[in-house]
Parts: sequence; C-alpha cells; structure tokens
Amino acid sequence: MTEKKIRAMVAKPGLDGHDRGAKVISRALRDSGMEVIYTGLRQTPEQIVSAAIQEDIDVLLLSILSGAHDHLFSAIMQGLKEKKMDKVLVIGGGVIPQEDIPNLKKAGVSEIFGPGTSTETIITYVKEHLPS
Amino acid sequence: MELVKEALNGSERAIAQLITMVENELPGWMEAMKQVYPHTGNAYLIGFTGPTGSGKSTLVDRVALALHNQNYSIGIIAIDPSSPFTGGALLGDRVRMREVTDKEGVFIRSLGTRGGLGGISQATSDVIKILDASGKDCILIETIGIGQDEVEVVQIVDTSIVVSVPGLGDDIQTLKAGIMEIGDIFVVNKSDREGADHVVTMISAMLDLNPLTTVWRQPIVKTIATENQGIDELIEQIMLHRKHLTENDLLNAKRKERIGREITKLLEQKISQYVHDRIKGMHPFEDLIEQINNRENDPYSSVDILLNLLEEK
Ligand SMILES: Nc1nc2c(ncn2[C@@H]2O[C@H](COP(=O)(O)OP(=O)(O)OP(=O)(O)O)[C@@H](O)[C@H]2O)c(=O)[nH]1
Ligand SMILES: [Mg+2]
Repeated sequence: MTEKKIRAMVAKPGLDGHDRGAKVISRALRDSGMEVIYTGLRQTPEQIVSAAIQEDIDVLLLSILSGAHDHLFSAIMQGLKEKKMDKVLVIGGGVIPQEDIPNLKKAGVSEIFGPGTSTETIITYVKEHLPS
Repeated sequence: MELVKEALNGSERAIAQLITMVENELPGWMEAMKQVYPHTGNAYLIGFTGPTGSGKSTLVDRVALALHNQNYSIGIIAIDPSSPFTGGALLGDRVRMREVTDKEGVFIRSLGTRGGLGGISQATSDVIKILDASGKDCILIETIGIGQDEVEVVQIVDTSIVVSVPGLGDDIQTLKAGIMEIGDIFVVNKSDREGADHVVTMISAMLDLNPLTTVWRQPIVKTIATENQGIDELIEQIMLHRKHLTENDLLNAKRKERIGREITKLLEQKISQYVHDRIKGMHPFEDLIEQINNRENDPYSSVDILLNLLEEK
C-alpha cells in the first residue's frame, strides 16, 4: 500500500497577465514531492472550483494581483463550500492590503502570504496544515 | 460501496474521489474496482502521444470540444512525468485545455506517471475504467511517449494517435521505425509552420516500408490545433478507424489482449507481494545476505534456497 500523494492546485483568478510567481511556487511545491496542477491565467471562480473537484486536490493556492481579491476569494470559497470541498486548504498569495485579511480568513482562507514570502515558508505551512 | 454508486451515477466529486482511492491504492480500492468493472466497456478510448510541446493538449482540447458539440460526453486523462527523485510532478496540461474545461459532461483528470513505464502510470487503466463506468462516451488520453518501444499507451487505447510537428529534424524519435507501428493515425500539428509537408512525406515513406499498412493504411492528418484547423478531418479518421476495428472484429480482439495482459500483471503483482511478505519475515534472509557479502554464498544459489524454504512452509 502506498501513502496518499499530496495534490496541490495553483490557480490564478482575475485578469492580470502575470504568472511568474505562480510558476515559481508551482515548481517549488513539485520539488517538495507534491503533484501540482497548474491551471494558467485568467480562471473564473467557477472554473477553479470545477477543476478542484475533478482533480480532487488537498491544497489550493490562489495567486492574485489584480485587487479584485475580495470578490474572487469569496466566490471561490462559496463554490467550494457548496460542492462539499470545504476540507481543501486554501492559501492566498499576492498584494493584499493588511486590513482585508481578517475578512478573507473569515471566509475560510487559511493564510495569506505577501509578495516577499519564501517558497520554503509556504511549503512548510502547507505541510503543517494539510487536512487529514 | 456508496462511493462507487455515486460515481456510477455521474457525480463528479465521487468520480474524483474514487480515482484518488484507486490511484493511491487506499484500503478497499480493489473491492471498488470489482464493482466498477461490470459497468465498463462502453467508452471509446483514444490516445494522443508525441513529444513535449507538440500541441497534444491543444489538440485534445479541440477534439474534445468538437465531440462535445456532437453530444458525446468526454473524459480526459492528461499524464505528465513524475520526478523519480522527489515523486513530485508538475501537471500543466489544463493550461491548454481552456475550451472544454467548463463544458457540461467533460471531466479532466491530470495524473503523474509515478514511476510507471512508457509515459503512463500504473493506475491509468483503472482511471479509464472509472470514467468509462461513469458514462463517458469517449476518453482521450494524453501522454508523452518515452523511448521507442516503451510506448505503453498503445496497449490501453482503441485508437492511437501519434503527434509530430515540423522542425524537429529528420531522425527524431517519433519517426523511427519502432514508433511507426504504434500509430493508427498520424497527426502533423503546427502545420502553419514551415516543413509540415516534408514531415508528411517522411511519415508516408516510413509507412510504405511497413507491412502492417496493408490492413489499415494509417492516415496522416495535418492540423493547426490553435486555429481549429484539421480537427474535423481528424475526428473523421478516428471514426473510420473505429469502424475498421469493429467491422473486422478487431476491437474485440484488441480488448481481449488487453484483458490478458491485465490479468497477468495483477497476478504478477500479487505473487510478488505474497513472496515478498513471506521472505521478509524469514530468518535466513539476513544470514544469506551476510554469507553472500562474505563470498561464502552467491545470490543465484540463495534464490533457490529461499524458494525451497517457501515451498516447505
Ligand atoms: N503555431 C502553432 N502553435 C501551436 C499549435 N498547436 C499548439 N501550439 C502551441 O504549442 C505550445 C504547446 O502546446 P501544448 O498543447 O501545451 O503541447 P503539449 O504537447 O501538450 O505539451 P506538453 O504537455 O508539455 O508535452 C502552446 O504554446 C500552443 O499554443 C499549432 O497548430 N500551431
Ligand atoms: Mg500537454
């Protein structure tokens, strides 16, 4: 019998056209032994939720720069909840104002990492907070 | 099993969880597959093999969209290599499958090879069965072919499509004799690029040398996946190949061969697990290692000793 492999998905909702950060974290997660599903730019919340279900992920990393995080995060969190995917560990990354963080956490986002965060910090966090 | 029941009814969440269970060989996975099996055999299986970046995902996306528009329900399995060192994998095929991702009845699952040979994972054929049993009409499987006689995807699909592109040079892997036999259909994608006709001529010349082509002359289809060109012709050729297989009772023969291989593989797995479990607990194992290391014994004789001990037990 094998141990269950951790599956992470890195998604980039919103309209901004940059995915360097998302690619860097995807590779780092892969190098830490996870299977990483990368979905590319400009995903709608519906597409992200649907992919999360089909890929049966354990962790979802959302990278956002566009400033529309409030709406996007809550749409995704609500979608996951409706589809009984609320066990998924959701993490946000990007430029998000400090005062918005409490609300995001209330919506179920586990942690938010700012632009300068090292990939090691994120990976350690993921491994420590994985749903059992 | 409740999960199986829900998956058979088409619940995407249940299908996904069942795949996870089987892929990781979590407790009960074989029981689950026993219940899945009677419901399989209805889906048509199409493989897409070709070098990195040749446009397989884009092609799968467009073919799936066209089939979706003809009211087929679609399963897609996109396989990428796992690192042999970390076990991690970057599964990025969804990036190029944008047209079909949110279409009703389309289910996409990305898999890492997890040490499997020939560009597919151990679990691939079980994942196919789960999608098949859940009611998908067509299942498209994307994989990079590795090596030339290692392309195992051909053994698990009904129609195998080999994707080439212009500009890879004349002696590329995909055009070697070995791989020519695995293609039922050849696609020259990126035909907007220079040299597409040259690739067609080369493949055609290779096929002329291949005696198998008298039964089914493998067609060569030029496509520009990004512009949706050649997709209809490709689908037409897939349907023709399917017709060729069914009319000549070859589909059944193919599937029976597959079942034979599958039983053998499962049997080998179980036997080696059985032997492994028993030998592990055997006292002489450690002693033998010591003796062999001291050159008082050799590995070849030791195997006979262990087998004798197993039989006596
Ligand atoms: N010019 C041109 N580009 C294409 C065509 N088809 C695909 N591409 C591009 O080729 C690149 C690779 O396409 P993919 O579909 O990801 O190729 P792939 O074979 O799935 O790649 P891997 O999964 O990494 O092996 C993308 O940038 C596509 O947009 C085509 O017909 N013409
Ligand atoms: Mg691909």
